Amino acid sequence: MSASLLFKPSRLVAVTVEGETRQMPEGMMLASALAATGLRVLRRSPRTGAPRGAFCLMGACQECAIHVDGALAQACMTPVREGMQIELRGAR
Amino acid sequence: MNRVPGSSDVSSVDVIVIGAGPAGAEAAIGAAEGGLAVTLLDEQGASGGQVWRAPVGGYPGKRDPEAAAGAALRARLQASAVRAAFGHRVWSVVRDDSPDGLTPGFRVDAVGPHGNLSLRAPALVLATGAHERVVPFPGWTLPGVVGLAAATVLLKSHGLAPGRRVVVAGCGPLLLAVAAGLVKAGVEVPAVADLSRRFDWLARMPAVLGRPALAARGAGWCARAALSGARMLSGHGVRRAEGPEGVERVVLGPVDAQGRALSGPEIAFEADALVVGHGLTTACEVTRMLRATHRFSRLYGGWIPEVDEHFETTVPGLFAIGDGAGIRGQQIASLAGRRVGLELWARAGHADVGGRRGSDFESVDRQLARARPFSDAMSGLMAQRAGQVADIAPDTVVCRCEDVTRAEIDTAIDQSAGSIDQLKHFTRCGMGPCQGRYCGDTVQELMALRLQEPREAVGQWTGRPPLRPVSLGELVGEFNYDDIPIPKPAPL
Repeated sequence: MSASLLFKPSRLVAVTVEGETRQMPEGMMLASALAATGLRVLRRSPRTGAPRGAFCLMGACQECAIHVDGALAQACMTPVREGMQIELRGAR
Repeated sequence: MNRVPGSSDVSSVDVIVIGAGPAGAEAAIGAAEGGLAVTLLDEQGASGGQVWRAPVGGYPGKRDPEAAAGAALRARLQASAVRAAFGHRVWSVVRDDSPDGLTPGFRVDAVGPHGNLSLRAPALVLATGAHERVVPFPGWTLPGVVGLAAATVLLKSHGLAPGRRVVVAGCGPLLLAVAAGLVKAGVEVPAVADLSRRFDWLARMPAVLGRPALAARGAGWCARAALSGARMLSGHGVRRAEGPEGVERVVLGPVDAQGRALSGPEIAFEADALVVGHGLTTACEVTRMLRATHRFSRLYGGWIPEVDEHFETTVPGLFAIGDGAGIRGQQIASLAGRRVGLELWARAGHADVGGRRGSDFESVDRQLARARPFSDAMSGLMAQRAGQVADIAPDTVVCRCEDVTRAEIDTAIDQSAGSIDQLKHFTRCGMGPCQGRYCGDTVQELMALRLQEPREAVGQWTGRPPLRPVSLGELVGEFNYDDIPIPKPAPL
């Protein structure tokens, strides 16, 4: 559980994840920004409840689809914006 | 024609290109240089595709030939007359021929940041790229397991190391590129497991040496990984990844030429991530949906649309280029894009501008022919290995979206699921949000193995819209109840 940034971000913004505030680089793709804060379990699979996280990172597999400001969005294609409200899908 | 509620009018252009990687962007630029009105659609935020993906979010990116080539392509596209619509997910493509049936036409719908965009054109170029093939093993659904191509996205575009200690496994040229990239980024790579054996690489040396610059880079990647202390295991695959809530341990073991596990010592590595990929499969959903003719090619990544020398499919006006039309890599993708750009120019009536175009055609065709040996050698390393699929354990999940196991698939086949579509109805495999993109190639192979039939007989899932999951809200957009037309009541 130790994905890490390869650069020094110029601007960190506050994002709320399950009610908890986390600082993330603005404009970074959400899946990677979440991983950099130590969060890689994004949801549970529908049938067995197994932990799932980002997998293809290119918008095809839908494993990283989570609720961003109330709407389902692929975290690997959603840039971080200040004040985003994130809900994971049963992962916590 | 059915109108999409809330959408603006359908705009007509000369050419629509889907996919802004090396193939699609090149075709779009070429057609626009010929004076055609071109709209280029891509779901990502910039052109370059996966191979030349642009850095985002303040990450300066890597400094390598791919980064430079991507930046050059983006600059050329910017300077061109191409209308590029990034952040647009194409969800529907239908044939929309002229009423007399004489002129082909296509209607494309894409959801973007400002709602639905509807386009119509007599020519449609598909440059939709590839998906990663990961042949299932126990633990492949654990968080921390990502694809090889996915790792290149992290390193090139997002600026993230997937872990501190990362095992790299799979096959093909990406394997060494990613291993070296991780080491360069300061990640510890305890092991690099290649399904191919040394012989597989040696057999391809003549073709590889035809591209000395690439051969040298490959050797450099290998050296960098090995010098960092990584165990370089050829003829090895992943037995399983373990951990309760994410990868903590990766077990590797020897395999034969078909990817089947050999008895021999298993080697376990503590790791917090596993990067694994077994080649690429074609993203040919649109040609499938439009019922173009396909053929199965294990070498070129699976089902590929049949195209003629102009890269036109069996549907008139529909072109397919790049990895989506067969896994052949960036160089062939770029050349095919140029070829289609020229062809569209010629068809618009500019065929003989000083005879220049004729020689351009010949030059591109010559370069395509020269690029094939290297491309085929790399494709061969990435082709699906039947033994690896045959080896999938009964309780291993094959369809990630719906948690369908190999045993459930085999049982459904034994209980008379006679076609690949029927198998989907029986088990729900391929019915989840990824729409079969990540299990399709494996499931079809499993069915072929079980029924002892060739892949051609098993076929592929019927292509259906929507091409991407889109919400009704995105499609409808803002609307006024008063603007909804209410039909007159039916006469009594």
